[in-house]
Amino acid sequence: MNGFPVTSDKNGVRGDHKVVASLVPEGARVLDIGSEDGALLRLLAETRRVDGRGIELSQDGVNRCVAEGLSVIQGDADTDLADYPDRAFDVVILSQTLQATRDPKGVMQELLRIGDQAIVSIPNFAHWRNRMQLLFRGRMPVTKYLPFQWYDTPNIHFCSLRDFVVLCGELDATVEKAVALSAHGHKIAVPAPWWVWNIVAEQAVFLLRH
Amino acid sequence: MSGEKEAPQVQEASRRETDAPSSKLAVFSGADALELDSGASLSPWQVAYETYGSLNADRSNAVMICHALTGDQYVASTNPITGKPGWWDRMVGPGRPIDTDRYFVICANVLGGCLGTTGPASTDPKTGRPYGLSLPVLTIRDMVRAQAKLIDHLGIETLFAVAGGSMGGMQVLQWAASYPDRVFAAIPIAASARHSSQNIAFHEVGRQAIMADPNWAGGAYIAKNVRPTKGLSVARMAAHITYMSDESLHRKFGRNLQDRDGLTFGFDADFQIESYLRHQGMTFVDRFDANSYLYVTRAMDYFDLAAEFGGSLPAAFTGTTTRFCVMSFTSDWLFPTPESREVVRALNAAAANVSFVEIDSDRGHDAFLLNVPEMFRTIRGFLTGAAKARGIPAPGGSD
Repeated sequence: MNGFPVTSDKNGVRGDHKVVASLVPEGARVLDIGSEDGALLRLLAETRRVDGRGIELSQDGVNRCVAEGLSVIQGDADTDLADYPDRAFDVVILSQTLQATRDPKGVMQELLRIGDQAIVSIPNFAHWRNRMQLLFRGRMPVTKYLPFQWYDTPNIHFCSLRDFVVLCGELDATVEKAVALSAHGHKIAVPAPWWVWNIVAEQAVFLLRH
Repeated sequence: MSGEKEAPQVQEASRRETDAPSSKLAVFSGADALELDSGASLSPWQVAYETYGSLNADRSNAVMICHALTGDQYVASTNPITGKPGWWDRMVGPGRPIDTDRYFVICANVLGGCLGTTGPASTDPKTGRPYGLSLPVLTIRDMVRAQAKLIDHLGIETLFAVAGGSMGGMQVLQWAASYPDRVFAAIPIAASARHSSQNIAFHEVGRQAIMADPNWAGGAYIAKNVRPTKGLSVARMAAHITYMSDESLHRKFGRNLQDRDGLTFGFDADFQIESYLRHQGMTFVDRFDANSYLYVTRAMDYFDLAAEFGGSLPAAFTGTTTRFCVMSFTSDWLFPTPESREVVRALNAAAANVSFVEIDSDRGHDAFLLNVPEMFRTIRGFLTGAAKARGIPAPGGSD
């Protein structure tokens, strides 16, 4: 997780997780990359009855997930996806992690290879608040939603929503669905063209197919 | 020579348990001859085992525990020879992670062992004398074949889980590869899909120590009424070092002296660690058969699961529906984490359902036998998830 203050509902379910879950077919074979404490896998198991697996970087997170009965291994999105066979999963999920990988394009290629569909959520670096900070202060944006300084951020490969869509095009991935979200992970329900979202959405969830 | 530190009553009990164990016993012969990897066939043969808890009406709650090199069937009950409690009674028992209130737990002495299952110390029915070295060399797969015959005998089609550490973990992997439809969940702990060169080397040191003892008598020591206790004890001492970490040895013993104020400038056990190892060696020889040690270490050395599948470890697990929980310990240098990770990579390549946990412990390889709460929490959690998928009750109690 990279510092997003996503809020949860009264049942403790995160808004962005709800959006992701709504895109996952019932009973799907799912790989969740960056499982953290297993909250999304649990939600998917409960609401979508998925056959879920997870990869998590921190051993501590892994141990907590497994102790709760989730199938999770310790691993790194940058290096460990190569082990999986083509089309091993119906859906591969990469939530708020792409910007922290060393090779986002390589990771995206692997996602599209091992899953029939991929669900990727990313923060939007082109959000108007970030644009304002860069324009008027001449400093790299630090907001309460992206609280890191340039030298200590784990988010080493930021992009805008537009950049991401361009990359999907390069990888021959079709965007089947895109949902713009506020920083709190709430769906922005107002219909708007892409360039508007690229300014007002602080994050977005994409459903892709190769 | 040897013998000065022997405990005759323990040795006598040990001899008695070899052919007529006080645990449960299944004897096979005729159509149930055991076809071995070496090409030899064993008949009649027997397996000594213990069970705990009860089998449910669906026969869907059976758990097989596979023991390590010098373990036995008394996983959760008193060992009749040593009088010690079960070797994994923190893991297996009422309210434990492998809960005997919910599951029917089976633990069998391995083929080649010396506590009632056919091994080199058993009496060869054809000659009336102990097999000794005339017993065919055995493999991990042979051990698992024998266990599969045992669950056939018990009327169990599918095991809910198979669990074990070290050599037990090798058997778990072999179970999953040989009988994928009969294993719902597999828990290989501190194990590997093949024995490393370094580990073969340590075993060879142990075997050479045994065979260098004149009392080994070419393997025929029982008939000559002697015991290679010196050799077996040295083998155990060397092996025991590999079960602990440098850190745990340092913490437990450091350079502390044993019952003395200064160095003696001799070769007595000046240091506590020396005294400890000598004690480990001496108590071991009373309960374990030297030839069994040769056979069982050899079985571990021969273990290479990928070799059985054309050199591809993922091929061992192709299409598997078994759920795996692979576990390693940070300070285990005998079966280090990368070896478990290799198993995980192969399982991923087979798109298997796998969990992998590395547990932070400074206790070395032996950690799997010790009180490591995170291990218990993990197994309890994994079995809770597996039980739900299997439609049987989750483990009760808590850690």
